[in-house]
Amino acid sequence: MTIAALAFWLFSICVIAGGFFTVVSRNPVHSVLWLILAFLSSAGLFVLLGAEFVAMLLIIVYVGAVAVLFLFVVMMLDVDFAELKAGMAQYLPLALLIGVVLLMQLGMALGVWQFADGAEAARAAVTPTDTHNTAALGLILYDQYFLLFQLAGLILLVAMIGAIVLTLRHRKDVKRQNVLHQMWRDPKDAMELKDVKPGQGL
Amino acid sequence: MIQADLNTILPEILLSVYAMVALVAAVYTGKDKIAPMLTWLTAAAFVLIGVWIGMSGDGSNAAFDGMFMDDAFSRFAKVAILLSAAAVLVMGQDYMQRRGMLRFEYPILVTLAVVGMMMMVSAGDLMALYMGLELQSLALYVVASMRRDSVKSTEAGMKYFVLGALSSGLLLYGASLVYGFAGTTKFAGIIEAAGHGQTPLGLLFGLTFVTAGLAFKVSAVPFHMWTPDVYEGAPTPITAFFATAPKIAAMGLFARVLHDAFGGVVGDWQQILALLSVLSMFLGAVAAIGQTNIKRLMAYSSIAHMGYALMGLAAGTAFGVEAMLVYMAIYVTMNIGTFAFILSMEKDGQPVVDITSLNMFSKRDPVKALAVLLLMFSLAGVPPLVGFFGKFYVLRAAYDAGLAWLAVMGVIASVIGAFYYLRIVYYMYFGEENDDLDKNRAPVLHVFLVVSAAMMLLGIVNLFGIEGAAQAASMALVK
Repeated sequence: MTIAALAFWLFSICVIAGGFFTVVSRNPVHSVLWLILAFLSSAGLFVLLGAEFVAMLLIIVYVGAVAVLFLFVVMMLDVDFAELKAGMAQYLPLALLIGVVLLMQLGMALGVWQFADGAEAARAAVTPTDTHNTAALGLILYDQYFLLFQLAGLILLVAMIGAIVLTLRHRKDVKRQNVLHQMWRDPKDAMELKDVKPGQGL
Repeated sequence: MIQADLNTILPEILLSVYAMVALVAAVYTGKDKIAPMLTWLTAAAFVLIGVWIGMSGDGSNAAFDGMFMDDAFSRFAKVAILLSAAAVLVMGQDYMQRRGMLRFEYPILVTLAVVGMMMMVSAGDLMALYMGLELQSLALYVVASMRRDSVKSTEAGMKYFVLGALSSGLLLYGASLVYGFAGTTKFAGIIEAAGHGQTPLGLLFGLTFVTAGLAFKVSAVPFHMWTPDVYEGAPTPITAFFATAPKIAAMGLFARVLHDAFGGVVGDWQQILALLSVLSMFLGAVAAIGQTNIKRLMAYSSIAHMGYALMGLAAGTAFGVEAMLVYMAIYVTMNIGTFAFILSMEKDGQPVVDITSLNMFSKRDPVKALAVLLLMFSLAGVPPLVGFFGKFYVLRAAYDAGLAWLAVMGVIASVIGAFYYLRIVYYMYFGEENDDLDKNRAPVLHVFLVVSAAMMLLGIVNLFGIEGAAQAASMALVK
């Protein structure tokens, strides 16, 4: 077995184990940590495929930002996860049965996997050998996939509008700063100067 | 080359730019104060672009290397989407404004959702399909939970979001299997790879997963569970929106994927669709019987109607697609009228959704009652109203394609389903006396109700000529 094959199996097992324990672990903080393991191992798989840029993005964006954000959310929200999972035991046998059946079916499908005759040739963006894949990604992202790229931008816009619509509240009972009001304030109305003689007090 | 591509997607570009300009303009000016004006403006923009798409454009143009298809099929679907979305915006404006829910983001989110729907029906690539679908769905999740102080509305949004995410997961998994088989995400490449007779197991799995993901979006049984709750929880104008434009878009997308990408393996998906269709028709017909909430009732009604539309698709022929398009156009017209009525149902200024409140409605408002009667008969598919022709088309398509058993099932389900539509009519004409509903002040709703009811009657002559357009559309899709 070569090192690459060994690494592949190692990373794959880690991804699956990470995914599994994300779902089953009791403590939500542990779940997020398992999720991070799954992300890191997938990044390893991407490196093995020669997609090092995507691998680094996965680490920077998913591990660095998304998972850490999750961690904060999980720790700050006052949600009783044990209660949320209370119903799980009840459905577990059925879920396991369906899961096993699905797994076996998928095993059947993947075991006799066939490629279409032209599948090799049909691939749209084969990893180029003469440039870095960062540069190669840039070349197709803004050219061939321009439409999809712009659509992704629109989706993010919708997400932003949605987040604002659903969470922004204008509270009336909070004192706010009014800059003009502050600037137009006349010192004469607001304070009084008293000349205090030494030794006399007010 | 980019110039030609941009020209092809000009309607989508214009709408997106409109949404962004409107967003910035509204934020920097009156915010929610200009929301009513913005709603009308958006509706006008939809109508303008819809008419423009309907009038201009001929032949089939592919843009962006086949990712975006502009053909008679996509134009038919886009016109239907734009016009129905405009109608629903206009209908809901007064209702939302009086209850303080009309926020300026609403028309903007609807615009972006419509852009997503236009992308869906034009998709020529699995990735473009997914992008359009997500753009649409994400905007819909937000508008469903727009009334964030209401538990039901937020619950509706949450349910819709979680199940929508699940269905997107199924769809993506299927898409990855299909890509694994064909080596390309382009529909043109997939149909070439999958067109040679026998289907390998992997492709079949991909096809099944993609179908399941899309069935979620059209709320076909057994992927329908979210529909009644979302319909009930969302504010009524938004429910009206859910019941119209997104359904056309999802059906259009369904037809496009099945024929453009999997047109070579009709036999394989025909059985899936036939099953979805039978289950939807029966569940929609039976489960609605116990409902007294008219919004839940309309949800089950939409499930049943999706079953009939899927029957047209299950036929797998050009005539089947034509029947599906005609059916969807009729369904949307009926739903706009029905929801115009539901929006006008209120007592002491509060919306009422209980169908028993319609008791003896015919005495109080004979014109409206007659209009609702026509719509209900049409929804039930009573001849000679237009709704009957929609059913007749899909039944004939199924029969012609050798699915006589499916057609028979459709007739049986239609008879069962007629019960709850007729029950509403019964309440209106023969029910007991009870408290009056308010006289509604909104003339817009009245106009939509009466016009749509009149269309049910006048359409008998030639269905307003949509047959020809639907035929051209189906010819463009099924080669």
